[in-house]
Amino acid sequence: MSTQENVISAQAGIHPHAHHGHHHDHDAEATDKVVFGFWIYIMSDCILFASIFGAFAVLHNNTFGGPDAKELFSMPYVLVETFLLLTSSFTYGLAMLGTYRGAKNQVLFWLGITFLLGLGFICMEVNEFHKLILEGNGPQRSAFLSSFFTLVGTHGLHVTCGLIWMVLLMLQVGKHGIGAVTTRKLACLSLFWHFLDIVWIFVFTVVYLMGAI
Amino acid sequence: MANNHNTQAAGHAYANNHSHSGKSHGSLISYIVGFILSIVLTLIPYYLVVNHVLPTEMGYIAIAVLAVLQLLVQLIFFLHLSLAPEGRNTLLSFIFTVIVLFILVAGTLWIMYNMNVNMMEHM
Repeated sequence: MSTQENVISAQAGIHPHAHHGHHHDHDAEATDKVVFGFWIYIMSDCILFASIFGAFAVLHNNTFGGPDAKELFSMPYVLVETFLLLTSSFTYGLAMLGTYRGAKNQVLFWLGITFLLGLGFICMEVNEFHKLILEGNGPQRSAFLSSFFTLVGTHGLHVTCGLIWMVLLMLQVGKHGIGAVTTRKLACLSLFWHFLDIVWIFVFTVVYLMGAI
Repeated sequence: MANNHNTQAAGHAYANNHSHSGKSHGSLISYIVGFILSIVLTLIPYYLVVNHVLPTEMGYIAIAVLAVLQLLVQLIFFLHLSLAPEGRNTLLSFIFTVIVLFILVAGTLWIMYNMNVNMMEHM
């Protein structure tokens, strides 16, 4: 029942007069446009991250007599973080497969798993930041650490926003089921979440792996 | 009754219409293959770095290449970027972004490196 309402209201929202016939084509078209628009936003977000990566690449040797990446970071810890995010990207993909089949419970289950993995990642990152700051290696210590906190922190902020978005979407799917509107939103968050995974791959490579060489 | 029919039609549309959306949604197999590849492409550079397998410069090149491979795996298996005509706009905007990224990062490093070198000479 709630699924039907969601579909109907979604159709009514875009085409108030379309009650019969080909409105699912219009829905598909609207979804394409929204998802493409969101893709353009993600491309602009890439440029934001590229600027911060550029700043980090320029400043990473300026440790001002303080510790460098090699002394500060624990590689196994970062590997666990990476696996949490990689796995969450995969489980979000499983949620999307559920979305396209209209399997509401499958979507909610995999979104829940994705959320927990993302939350685990953020907790580990906050813990790492907390430890660094307590040891006196906060962002004010050196240009290297300023750029490190900016880069990793910006990514963490994106993940946090994605987690909040995911909770809201789970509530919405729970209430309205898988309709035109929720499918569109799930597809946008899917792009966002996979994008954050890709950004993390470069954080992992540039900050942690290249720092440890 | 009519509502019920609409829902089925819409549900059917979600199952099929994405072939013309430019964002085909992949299958379970493709997600699993992507996941396994991305794990392997994470473990290889990790192993190379932690065990100091390669000399420094080779190490940098190797993990950079592996990161780019990882990017391609994620783009193809998770973001479903493809050469299909329906996804042309997505692909073109992505290529444009990559060019901007390259100019931004390479340009920043080039300028700042030269500035550093020139500052040193005058000290």
